[in-house]
Amino acid sequence: MFPIDSTLIHLAIAVLILPLVGFVLLIFFGKRIPRQDLLETGILFLALAFSIYIMVQKVFFLTEPRIDFTFRWIDLGGLFGGKTFPIDLGIAIDNITAIMLVVVTLISSLVHLFSLGYMHDDIRYSRYYAYLGLFTFSMLGIVLSNNILMVYVFWELVGLSSYLLIGHWYEKKSASDAGKKAFIVNRVGDIGFFVGILIIYTSLHTFLFTGIFSGIAQGQLSGSLLTIAGILIFCGAVGKSAQFPLHVWLPDAMEGPTPVSALIHAATMVAAGVYLIARVYPMLTAGALTVIAYIGAITAFISATIAITQNDIKKVLAYSTISQLGYMVMGLGVGAFSAGVFHLVTHAAFKAGLFLASGSVIYAMHHEQDMRQMGGLRKKMPITYWAFVIFSLSISGIPFTSGFLSKDSILAGSFAYGVLTGNILIPIIGYSVVFLTAFYMFRLIIMTFHGEPRDHHKYEHAKESPAVMTIPLIVLAALSLFVFYSFNPFNPEQGWFLHSVVQPETVVPVAQRYVWEQAAAPQDTLNSAAAVSMVPAGVSPEPVSPVYQEVMEETHYTGLAISLTLAVLGLLAAFVVYDWKKIDAEKLKQRVKPIHTFLYNKWYFDELYGATAVAGTLALSKALAWFDGHVIDGTVNGAATLTRLWSSLSGSFDHYVVDGLVNFSGWFTGLLGRGARKAQTGKVQTYIVFALLGVIIIFFAFRSF
Amino acid sequence: MQYQFLGIGYLTWITFLPILGMIVVLLIPRANTNAMKWTALGATILQLVFAALIWVNFNPALTGINDVSKFQFVEQTTWINLQGAGWFGHVVVQYFLGIDGLSLPMVILTSLISFVGVIASWNINKAQKGYFALYLLLDTGMMGVFVALDMFLFYVFWEIMLLPMYFLIGIWGGPRREYAAIKFFLYTLFGSVLILLVMLGLYFSVSIKDPVTGQMTHTFNMLAMMNPANYDPNSLLGGIGTYWRDVAFIALFIGFAIKVPIFPFHTWLPDAHVEAPTAISVILAGVLLKMGTYGFLRISFPIFPDAMLKYAFPLAILGFINIVYGALCAMAQTDFKKMIAYSSISHMGVVLLGIAAMNTQGVSGGVLQMFNHGVVTAMLFLVVGVIYDRAHTRGLDDFGGLANQMPVYTGIMTVAFFAAIGLPGLSEFVSEMLSYLGAFQTFQWVAIFASIGILLTAGYMLWALQRVFLGQLPEKWKGLPDVNGRELVAFVPLMIVVILLGIFPSILLHPMNASLNHLVDFVHKVGTGLSAAK
Repeated sequence: MFPIDSTLIHLAIAVLILPLVGFVLLIFFGKRIPRQDLLETGILFLALAFSIYIMVQKVFFLTEPRIDFTFRWIDLGGLFGGKTFPIDLGIAIDNITAIMLVVVTLISSLVHLFSLGYMHDDIRYSRYYAYLGLFTFSMLGIVLSNNILMVYVFWELVGLSSYLLIGHWYEKKSASDAGKKAFIVNRVGDIGFFVGILIIYTSLHTFLFTGIFSGIAQGQLSGSLLTIAGILIFCGAVGKSAQFPLHVWLPDAMEGPTPVSALIHAATMVAAGVYLIARVYPMLTAGALTVIAYIGAITAFISATIAITQNDIKKVLAYSTISQLGYMVMGLGVGAFSAGVFHLVTHAAFKAGLFLASGSVIYAMHHEQDMRQMGGLRKKMPITYWAFVIFSLSISGIPFTSGFLSKDSILAGSFAYGVLTGNILIPIIGYSVVFLTAFYMFRLIIMTFHGEPRDHHKYEHAKESPAVMTIPLIVLAALSLFVFYSFNPFNPEQGWFLHSVVQPETVVPVAQRYVWEQAAAPQDTLNSAAAVSMVPAGVSPEPVSPVYQEVMEETHYTGLAISLTLAVLGLLAAFVVYDWKKIDAEKLKQRVKPIHTFLYNKWYFDELYGATAVAGTLALSKALAWFDGHVIDGTVNGAATLTRLWSSLSGSFDHYVVDGLVNFSGWFTGLLGRGARKAQTGKVQTYIVFALLGVIIIFFAFRSF
Repeated sequence: MQYQFLGIGYLTWITFLPILGMIVVLLIPRANTNAMKWTALGATILQLVFAALIWVNFNPALTGINDVSKFQFVEQTTWINLQGAGWFGHVVVQYFLGIDGLSLPMVILTSLISFVGVIASWNINKAQKGYFALYLLLDTGMMGVFVALDMFLFYVFWEIMLLPMYFLIGIWGGPRREYAAIKFFLYTLFGSVLILLVMLGLYFSVSIKDPVTGQMTHTFNMLAMMNPANYDPNSLLGGIGTYWRDVAFIALFIGFAIKVPIFPFHTWLPDAHVEAPTAISVILAGVLLKMGTYGFLRISFPIFPDAMLKYAFPLAILGFINIVYGALCAMAQTDFKKMIAYSSISHMGVVLLGIAAMNTQGVSGGVLQMFNHGVVTAMLFLVVGVIYDRAHTRGLDDFGGLANQMPVYTGIMTVAFFAAIGLPGLSEFVSEMLSYLGAFQTFQWVAIFASIGILLTAGYMLWALQRVFLGQLPEKWKGLPDVNGRELVAFVPLMIVVILLGIFPSILLHPMNASLNHLVDFVHKVGTGLSAAK
């Protein structure tokens, strides 16, 4: 029997490979396999079972902090100096990985199940399942990697599967545009990520996280370059997690089938950015973390303001996703590590649920997505409705839900951060977004499920979705309740989750840490980066500084009160405006028309990028193509023309001057000959006269001698 | 000699097999075109077999580069021996073949692409006899360039390749074939003249002791040219970091740069590619472009290491220009084939960027990129060929929605496009990553700016993909058939290589390592040693 840790590694590899096998089978033999959809779904449930086993073993029984498996991928040999250039890759399982494995396989298998109903008459049904498999494989790859290169590799692969799935209905121009946009906008962030990797490898000569961290702890990479490397890696997360300013692709990605939106563009792939930040967390300096916190907060705010004006049910959810991702990023940035990861997990469940529930609505309404055409669906679709309500309560942070636990932790962290650093803008944004979130979520519910139906024809045909679609909703709704994470509905600290996901110890030089962490560091190491290496990694039992912890506890009840009040206010406001109609939404809209227009048009980001980056690149490419054709090739052709001109000139010279001289001499000789010929008469008398003349001339010429 | 077949060395076989094929083709009666095709196919398959034999028997521990005892499959005899020609002394040209880790990938690439090219030529319907004869002659020229170690011999092969290429474009090409062929020929010939001049300069500067007579004689032996001790005192190219060595390096650089092609010497390439028949575009982009960068690594850098180190930065800048400029020009094209042609310019810039860094990662990445780009771009040109064969147009805006009409074709195209984009898991990712990794260590900012190319490539490739394959299918293309079996035979091996090398790049990197590391060491040691002695 294998020891348990190698069993877990084997199982993890199996979990990783299974969806890939599904992909390969479906892509090559898709139409020839009967019920290929069930095959792929079954594979996913098998992977889910393995993942649950891994998680339970790892989180609750195993004492080792991580299990590692590394192999040598490339060995570039060595130079004579003995320098060698190996590239090692591998997988590792720690608590976060184990939890994420379950999150990914769970959501993925539920989405597979849901799609059995939602997609069953699709024209590219087997292709759809193949791509889902490819996506799941790549996402699991990100989760399992123990090195930054493999993260990048799978990062790009999820980008590919996202591209393929957004463009699933590629006959529509908007769909293929959206896929392209998603891929390219992501690439913008990925270039930053890539350069960050280059910096890391150049300084530390390894891609392994453990090697990176120990190298930084030894001071091989520090100062502003370390901060820059951190921010550049974060650029990748900005792209993938749709953070400002690269958030523009995610709303467009809603062109994909709704289950895909649930899996990729809500629960898992977009959270990969957050996961990446969590993975490289120990190497992030205070400077980098501050940037991350601000980007997260700005994102949360911008997208929440947009969400309140949108009418497409999926667009609202898309902006809500961006906003929640902003929360997570902000949480990590302010130092509330566990809270950020926690929100990632709870959000995965309730946001996947929201998308699947909206999918259920869209399915019932025959692919109508405009909420203004809906209404009154509560009675027709009770399961969907109640699931929707639970998800919405959760995302709004109302007690007894999972969202309350995780969001509250993030807000507490941002509060403490504001108090300790004086950056009060971040908690202010954090709390105001609570209000906006509750408002737009319940606006959505009321417009969709309450009141009178607006499109009676569609309403008549609407009915509750089949069991394959409602079961996933029920499962996810259950998972949006507090009990799965902590038995105390008001205190996540008492749950298993926050005990399993512990903030890793930072390795950055002391001077580059947050102030409260500087205080927490042992006094004698304060001024020497090198001394950090003396502290063996993973020994300190309490990586979160006591100062931070203390402030968090002091402010906890104030923060809780503020956030609850705001959430309830937001919820009430939605009811006042949209359900009870105490305030006319149209009039309100007219009164703040410029603001509404601005928000409704998504702050004009698309227009801005279209007019600058896109148009600029296209114009530049046209200009360079012209330059290439006319100037550079013009020079080449010009040289050819000049050469030909020169050759024709020298041809003429040759013909008229050189050959002319030759011909002239011939002609002249002929002329002379013709003249002389006249003397050759053939008469002896004439010759005698000439001879005599000659004798006389000679006589006179030589007379003097 | 160990590796022989019928008493003739493997390298001679692999180089001259196509010539045998050519002779057979010429003997076949004009009407029997099938026999010609199968002869060409047979010759290239046998060539591929020899390439496989060479790969299997290749010893990855041996370095090569400047040491004949570390070369493999060496064949060395006197070819031309002129006695006592006045002050020339004694002219010896050797038939000197051998390979190391630098030439091995190129030998494999040439055999593979030549094989694929024959399949892509199957539908040539004009003067087949001439076509296949010239094609095989071209094959010999290419292979010879990659195995020759005597510079005179190298030059002979280099020129042999030119002639068939001229006719293959000029006779079997598109509407502007004559213009393109002449442009290609003259441009390349211009480069050849520079190479010839440098070769003569080197010849008269280098002397080695004749092993038989013990006299000092001039030599065309490349390996001898790499040893600073062999240069006659006061000779033109002797000494260290001198003016004339710089001039020679630059002249040689331009000679090879035209082939790569490096900005601003690249404009022959789009014309030649667009006009050439599919198989010839495949050969051009797949193999011919690599001769330029191979020339840098085999000849320019080790013979002029001092100048190489001196000009490394400008080389990297040119690499950057190639990458970004090529990508932007590609974006503006409306002709599918021209877009791919410009993408070649962009991707060859990555090679230049990598090898200019002159470190292990950069050079390994560069050479791997030469191989990978050869395979990927061959696929891309085949993709264009398939659609052109069927629709007789290549306008990117003339199509749309082919994904539903030709699903298998679309699948193949997707692999090729994403390989060109540098998607991880496919071959070009590894080589681009290594090239950038190397470049970043030497020229931080150049590498950072060049990485914009990664973004631009995704931009124009996906845009082209969308325009041709996605959206609604125009009515007139409703009847287009999907790829047939013959086309699959061309695609599948390339696709396997693309995926395999994306996942296990070590297959190819391992045999290259020793040689490339030695090259890096050698250039730095000799290059700085020479500079220091100044």
